[in-house]
Amino acid sequence: MKSFKFDGLVLPLFGILLVLALWHTVAGKKIYVLKESIEVVHASVIEAVPGGEAGWSTLKPLLNKPPLEAAKIAAAIKSLPNGAEIWTALEQNLEERRVGLISSLPNVVETWQASKLYIMEPFAKRGEMDQGILRFSWYSLILVAEGYSLALLIGTPIGFFLGLSPMFTKTFDPLIQILRPVSPLAWLPLGLVLFLSAGKDAGTYGALFTIAICSMWPTVLNTAVGVRAVPQDYLNVGKVLKLSRFKTLTKILIPATLPYMFTGFRLSLGIAWLVIVAAEMLTGRPGVGGFLWQEYNSLVYEHIILSIITIGVIGFILDRLMSLIEARFKAIS
Amino acid sequence: MKKFLDISRLIKTFPTPKGPLTVVRDFDLGVKKGEFITLIGHSGCGKSTVLSMVAGLTELTEGVIILAGKEVTEAGPDRGVVFQAPCLLPWYTAFENVMLGVDQVYYTATPLERSQIAEYYLTIVGLGDSMHKRPAELSQGMRQRCGIARAFALSPKMLLLDEPFGMLDSLTKYELQDVLLDLWQRDQKTALMVTHDVDEALYLSDRVVMMTDGPEATVGDILEVNFPRPRTRKQLMEDPEYYRLREHLIGFLEERSHLRPGKPSTAAVAH
Repeated sequence: MKSFKFDGLVLPLFGILLVLALWHTVAGKKIYVLKESIEVVHASVIEAVPGGEAGWSTLKPLLNKPPLEAAKIAAAIKSLPNGAEIWTALEQNLEERRVGLISSLPNVVETWQASKLYIMEPFAKRGEMDQGILRFSWYSLILVAEGYSLALLIGTPIGFFLGLSPMFTKTFDPLIQILRPVSPLAWLPLGLVLFLSAGKDAGTYGALFTIAICSMWPTVLNTAVGVRAVPQDYLNVGKVLKLSRFKTLTKILIPATLPYMFTGFRLSLGIAWLVIVAAEMLTGRPGVGGFLWQEYNSLVYEHIILSIITIGVIGFILDRLMSLIEARFKAIS
Repeated sequence: MKKFLDISRLIKTFPTPKGPLTVVRDFDLGVKKGEFITLIGHSGCGKSTVLSMVAGLTELTEGVIILAGKEVTEAGPDRGVVFQAPCLLPWYTAFENVMLGVDQVYYTATPLERSQIAEYYLTIVGLGDSMHKRPAELSQGMRQRCGIARAFALSPKMLLLDEPFGMLDSLTKYELQDVLLDLWQRDQKTALMVTHDVDEALYLSDRVVMMTDGPEATVGDILEVNFPRPRTRKQLMEDPEYYRLREHLIGFLEERSHLRPGKPSTAAVAH
């Protein structure tokens, strides 16, 4: 029991903490990568501050040794006479000239502070694109549920046909194998065109279409495999009892295929959740993916991280739930 | 005597990558009503194939099977099949497994009557207390009891048993053989059973049909077993006739099963 807790709880927590720590260290540092030659910087420093030459002679060796950590440069310059003044000018100058990749990444604390409102009031609605994170997630989940249901309703029967009829398999399997790897990003424009006549709902229908067509393949293929794997013995029982086609389907084929179907359902749900984010980004619907895209456009990086974490956690929970249901059906068969 | 089951000129050929393989050739057998027949032979000789064809689960290549005046063309509940693995549907309880067949056969009966039929047979085979358990909760022997109850509950014209006790330990096997004999006598069924157990064949049957080795297996010899019924295992063990028949059977399986009847017997000269 003790070792189970250690393995099951402590190690994953340790892993999460490790990554958070790495993130925090990297994000906390401003590192300058100069776009232009040092001489340009030199000129501007000299021009900017009287006595800048002294600062430059201190700065030059540092600039020649990338990566240029802001804190180190600041400390070196500030130790000079008139250092604070030189640094004020220099910092601004360097700030303008850096390729600031990592310095823009908010650290853990900044992310938490910027996201607090969205997490602590998860269902608040302050505006169309300014809502609690769970409220956004809820919109996404509803759309996923609709598209996913559609995928199951279409995918399961197709899977049964594939499993039951070799002719059907020969006819449609190559087509399925071609359509299966197509990205959601490729389907979405087609979905939007297909439902163009729906006007302002085109985005919704396009998203549903994309979710359904992208997420149904695991259901289709797993159901087909499951149907083919139904033991001949069970089918013989059906034959001996002369069960009607309908009874054979409901009393033997479907129960025997359920474990496979649920494996498919679980994988499909994972894909549906992946697709929703892409669909919301492109259509600008309110939802966790739409929120992410909007915050990217307004450069609030903290909220991008918040969205990513939310998407991940919800995806994880959905997968766990489906695994539980799947395990139940596996236990019966 | 009129034949209740008449198998004549039965041939079964399976396609294989190396060309067609004739598993059974010119198999003839007549079974009287109420008779208990066992088919015995080495593994893979095609005895289960013959049974499967009588059950209608395997198509004949050539020949005719007539059961109670009607040609067998497909599977149906007029033949109760007990499979080697009990083949219970794991998502149903023992009771529901039996009811699946009862609902098919007694579709004119009321639901109460139907469940009474299922309960009756489940109780006789000794599952009275555990009929509402799923197969996973039952022992191998209990599952096979349920398989037997399912076959009898159909009230079939004929029982077909495919090595029904092959996967059980000897004690459970003895118990179930008695359960089977008891039910068979009660319901006056005609039974055809496949086995490779010599003692089982002698204890249960009226006639033992010995099959030659495949491919092209056929009836090699038929042994009449005339012990009075009801039989007890003890009474058989004390009968010298039992050992004579046993020796005959084992002798056939060890020495003569590879010879098709009607061919000159080289092995017989050697002995």
